[in-house]
Amino acid sequence: MEKAQLICIGCPLGCALEAELENGSVVRVSGNTCKNGEKYARKELTNPTRIVTTTVRVTGGTIPVVSVKTAADIPKGQIFACVQALGAVEVPAPVALGQVVLPNVCGTGVDVIATKAVAKQE
Amino acid sequence: MEQYELVIIGGGPAGLAAAVAARQAGVRDILILERDRELGGILNQCIHNGFGLHTFREELTGPEYAQRFIRQVQDLEIPYKLGTMVLSLDKEKTITAMNPEDGLFQLRPKAVILAMGCRERPRGALNIPGTRPAGIYTAGTAQRLVNMEGYLPGRECVILGSGDIGLIMARRMTLEGAHVPVVAELMPYSGGLKRNIVQCLDDFGIPLKLSHTVVDIRGRERLEGVTLARVENGRPVPGTEEYYPCDTLLLSCGLIPENELTREAGAVINPVTNGPAVNDALETSIPGVFAAGNVLHVHDLVDYVSQEAAAAGRSAAQYIQQGEPALEAALPVRCYGGVRYTVPSAIRHQSLRSEDVTIRFRVDNVYQNKTIVLRAGSEIVLRRKKAVLAPGEMETVTWKAGALPEGITEIRLGLEEA
Repeated sequence: MEKAQLICIGCPLGCALEAELENGSVVRVSGNTCKNGEKYARKELTNPTRIVTTTVRVTGGTIPVVSVKTAADIPKGQIFACVQALGAVEVPAPVALGQVVLPNVCGTGVDVIATKAVAKQE
Repeated sequence: MEQYELVIIGGGPAGLAAAVAARQAGVRDILILERDRELGGILNQCIHNGFGLHTFREELTGPEYAQRFIRQVQDLEIPYKLGTMVLSLDKEKTITAMNPEDGLFQLRPKAVILAMGCRERPRGALNIPGTRPAGIYTAGTAQRLVNMEGYLPGRECVILGSGDIGLIMARRMTLEGAHVPVVAELMPYSGGLKRNIVQCLDDFGIPLKLSHTVVDIRGRERLEGVTLARVENGRPVPGTEEYYPCDTLLLSCGLIPENELTREAGAVINPVTNGPAVNDALETSIPGVFAAGNVLHVHDLVDYVSQEAAAAGRSAAQYIQQGEPALEAALPVRCYGGVRYTVPSAIRHQSLRSEDVTIRFRVDNVYQNKTIVLRAGSEIVLRRKKAVLAPGEMETVTWKAGALPEGITEIRLGLEEA
């Protein structure tokens, strides 16, 4: 049996997790405070994912860039591809909070959405 | 002079939550004064996720978290002035402020809530030797440049200090195409949250060098490189120097509550937190002046800022509605055994009789398997075991007070062997 030590990133508590693996699959998780810890350990050891946050350029708005995030977590290996795809995106103002700025980023099935509203420059 | 019942200085997370709670507790005339071009404070530049897990049970980005409170302030029709700088506050609670529309103006509210937040420790306060070229920023300044103004401060970026903003900026600069060869931390432990070390450094293979600091800065016009060295007993160890060519150095070396107004007003300052000393109502030594959020002590979670500020808002409402409480000496809260400070630093007798008292504190080092012990006189009133305590993580204990033995003169909070 293999053991893996992880730090949960589910919340700022940062629980120290210990996962037991058998033939590459997680059989037991300990050290977690809540069920998210167990979920995180299983995912992190099989298919690690992250929510990606960055900014995209806004045209004609009161501010030059708007903050965005992936609406759900995407595979860790896709973080740079996601940010690169967003480098080419420009959204015209006004931008609404939650507006999709790039659908289905890198074929992940996850949309990138604005996390702030931007008004049009009068 | 315009009359308001309550003026809140600062429209960041603390000011917003205080305003909402005060209005909900029945205060009608409230005014928020904000220096920046929009409400929300530092949250506007914290575009990463992880905010609001305690408050909203979901993981929000900074701007989204701010928007939840801005919406409440707008729904409750609480007025605010943007682009407004408060110049002074005095013992009689006279506020002198200015902005382009009103010019110079004064307010004399019944109560004031201080919610000015904190500032980063700049290079000048760090005693780093070397030249003074362009390319050296505090991490928060770089964060604002990247996330709000759309500029990338540099391409090869060393970070000194492993506070949360430093860690977050290591990831942010990397995602924006810069290279971060190292994050150096003077202390033998990180000042940031563990989750940030995992998802900001480990995810991107950025090394964290503990017990290291910058011992030289090279470059005349623009930064050309920095020299790191290992530190032992507060001194660089000769022979451990390593040169890193870079065009940018970000400093994440601590936050200092911004209390110029508080000092000028004559409120007693706690020398450990650099924030005002407050009782359990979060009232400073000036009656009717309350404080909450990072101006009081630096927090690591905005959720706690919101909670604390809401408590300050309710206290201010009570003060406005009931007037000055009968003067009763408060019991001082003293620290021992590794506890560095507590907020509040005093508890009023009436609270001990009737309310739950929340004490927030930080420890001075990394500790394992300790018990947090709260003592009233010789009596132990609360014990809580903790596997790990670290300076970077604020702790909270809530004491369900009640009948206390007679003759107690102080409360003591400390760490003891488990």
